[in-house]
Amino acid sequence: MSATPLKREVYLLSRIDLPDSHTLSVYKANGGYQALEKVLTGGFTPAQVIQLVKDSGLRGRGGAGFSTGLKWSFMPDVAKDARPRYLAVNADESEPGTCKDRVLMEKDPHGLIEGILVACYAMRVKTAYVYVRGEYRLSYERVAAAVQEARAAGLIGQKILGTDFACDIWMHKGAGAYICGEETGLMESLEGKRGHPRPKPPFPAGSGLWKSPTTVNNVETLCNVPFVITRGAEWFKSLGTPKSPGNILIGISGHVERPGVYELPLGISARSVLEECAGGVWKGRTLKAWIPGGSSTGLLPGAKIDVAMDHDSIREAGSMLGTGAMIMLDETACTVRAMQVISRFYDHESCGQCSQCREGTQWLAQIFARLERGQGRMEDIELLSSLANGMAPAKTICALADAAAIPTHAIVKNFRAELEEHVRLGRCPLGSAHEAAELEEAHA
Amino acid sequence: MSERPQLPERLRAEFSELLTHYPERQAALIPALHRCQEELGGWLTPDTLEALAEFFGLEPVEVFGVASFYPMFQLRPVGKHMVAVCHNIACELRGAEDVLREACRVTGAKPGQPSSDGRFSVMRVECQGACTAAPMLVLDGVFHENLATADVARVLGSVR
Repeated sequence: MSATPLKREVYLLSRIDLPDSHTLSVYKANGGYQALEKVLTGGFTPAQVIQLVKDSGLRGRGGAGFSTGLKWSFMPDVAKDARPRYLAVNADESEPGTCKDRVLMEKDPHGLIEGILVACYAMRVKTAYVYVRGEYRLSYERVAAAVQEARAAGLIGQKILGTDFACDIWMHKGAGAYICGEETGLMESLEGKRGHPRPKPPFPAGSGLWKSPTTVNNVETLCNVPFVITRGAEWFKSLGTPKSPGNILIGISGHVERPGVYELPLGISARSVLEECAGGVWKGRTLKAWIPGGSSTGLLPGAKIDVAMDHDSIREAGSMLGTGAMIMLDETACTVRAMQVISRFYDHESCGQCSQCREGTQWLAQIFARLERGQGRMEDIELLSSLANGMAPAKTICALADAAAIPTHAIVKNFRAELEEHVRLGRCPLGSAHEAAELEEAHA
Repeated sequence: MSERPQLPERLRAEFSELLTHYPERQAALIPALHRCQEELGGWLTPDTLEALAEFFGLEPVEVFGVASFYPMFQLRPVGKHMVAVCHNIACELRGAEDVLREACRVTGAKPGQPSSDGRFSVMRVECQGACTAAPMLVLDGVFHENLATADVARVLGSVR
C-alpha cells in the first residue's frame, strides 16, 4: 500500500444531506448544471470533452472498470455514420450487495441528468434512456421528476441553454431480471424483449439499441462526469490511485455495526472501510470472510482485510473490485451456506441461452445445497471446481456463468476445510439454522 | 369464440403517448406490462396479455414470452397485497429467513401462494438493492428496511 495517505474529499455525496437535495433549485444553488454550461457555452468541442474524460482516468463504476473516455471514443464519427445514436443509462443495479446507484438517484437525480447531458454532448447523442430496475420505485420517481423539472427549465429538449444542442431523456422501467444489468441484455430488454444477452462483437458502439451506435454507462460513472468537467482531470487524479483515480461509493453490508454506502477514494484500505466507516464487525466478533465487490467476486479470508480497494490491488489479492460492494461474514457465519444462497441466485438469474450457464448454475446450486444439508460427498468438491472450469472464462455469451464460477473457485481455494468438514460430519458444523426444505420451496 | 379482449381506453391513450419515446413499438411493452399489472388486478391475466398483443401487433405468445421472463410480472392470481422478502446474501446474513417466516405466520400465506383469505401473497425475491439496510421486505412496492422480526407484524398490519 502507498505510504502517503490518500486525500479525502467528498464530492459525489456532497449534496445528499441537504433538505430537498433531489430538486432543481437545491441542485443549482449548490453548483449544479455548471458543467453543462461550461461545455455548451465555454467553447468545448465534443472531442475535447471526450479527451478531458480520458485524461481524468475515470473508469466505469458498474463493475468492469473500463475507461469511460475510451468507451465514449468508440462511437462512430457522425460525419460517416448517419444512424441515430443512443446512450443507455444502466440503472439496473442488481449485483447482490450493491445499492449505491440508488443513493445517487434518490438523493441527487439532477447530478445524474447533468452527467447524461454532458455524455450525450460528447458523443453527439440526441436520445438517452434511463433503464431503472423495476424494484427501485423511489429512484424511478425521483429521476423522472427531475427529468420533468429539467425539461421545463430548458435543460432537456431543443436549444439547451440557448445553444444548438438538443437532447431528450426518457425513463424506462425494468422488471426484475439481474441479467438486464449486462449491457446487451439491457438493450434487448429496452427493446421490449426477453433480456437475452447478445454475442459480442458487434459491440454496442457499432450496433446497439435498434442496431444503432449505443453507449451503456453506469449511474455512478455518469455522476462523476460533471465534477471531472468543472474541476478538471488533474483534480480528479489527485484522488484515488494513479490507475484507479477518483472516489468510489463503497457499500458495506452483512455483519458490521454500521452498514452503509460511503464515498471513499479508490485505494482506501478495506480494513479502514470496515473499522472506521462501518464500526467494525458487529457484536464484538471477528471477521471470518468477506466479499469485496458484490456476490460474483470471490470470498476472501477475513485475515486478508489489509488490501487496498482498487481494481489492481483486489485482483492481486485474488478477488475483484466489482461494484465495490463489501459483504462481511463474522465467525458464526457458514461460508457453505453463503455459497448456497449465492449459487441459488445465479441459478435463478441465468437466462438459459448457453448450456454451460443454464446447467452449470443449476448444478452448483444443487451441490452447495446438499453440502450444506450434510448430504455432500468428498468428490463434490472436485466436481465444483470442474463445473466452474467448464463454465468460465469466456465460454458463454455473457459473464453470468463467470459470476457463478468465480466465487465457486474462491470457496474451494480459500475455505476448502469448511467444505470437507460438512462432508465429514454429515451436517453444517455451525448448525446454520435454516432448513434446506424451506429453501427449496423458493423455486416452487 | 367471444370478442378479442381490449385494453381500457385510458391505458390505450397512455400507451400511445409512451410509443412516442421509442423508434420501435415493442420497446414500450415492458412499461405497458407494468401499468396493466398495476391497473388491472395485480396480475397479468391471459386476457390482458392478449389485449396487449393486439395493441402491440404481436402474437399473444410473444407477449407471454416476454412477461414470463421477468420476475416482477405475475402470471397467476395474487393476494390483494404483495409482500416480497429478499432472501439474498446481505439480507440472509441479518435474518431474512426469520423475516420470511414471520411474514408467513402473520399473513397465513405460504411463499409463492396467496393466503387463503386472498389478502396477501408472500414471495421470496432476489436482491432488491437494500443490502446496507438489511433485512427488508417490500410491501406493495414500498421498501421497509432495517427490520427486526418483531417489526413485521406492524408493517403488514398497516394494510390489514
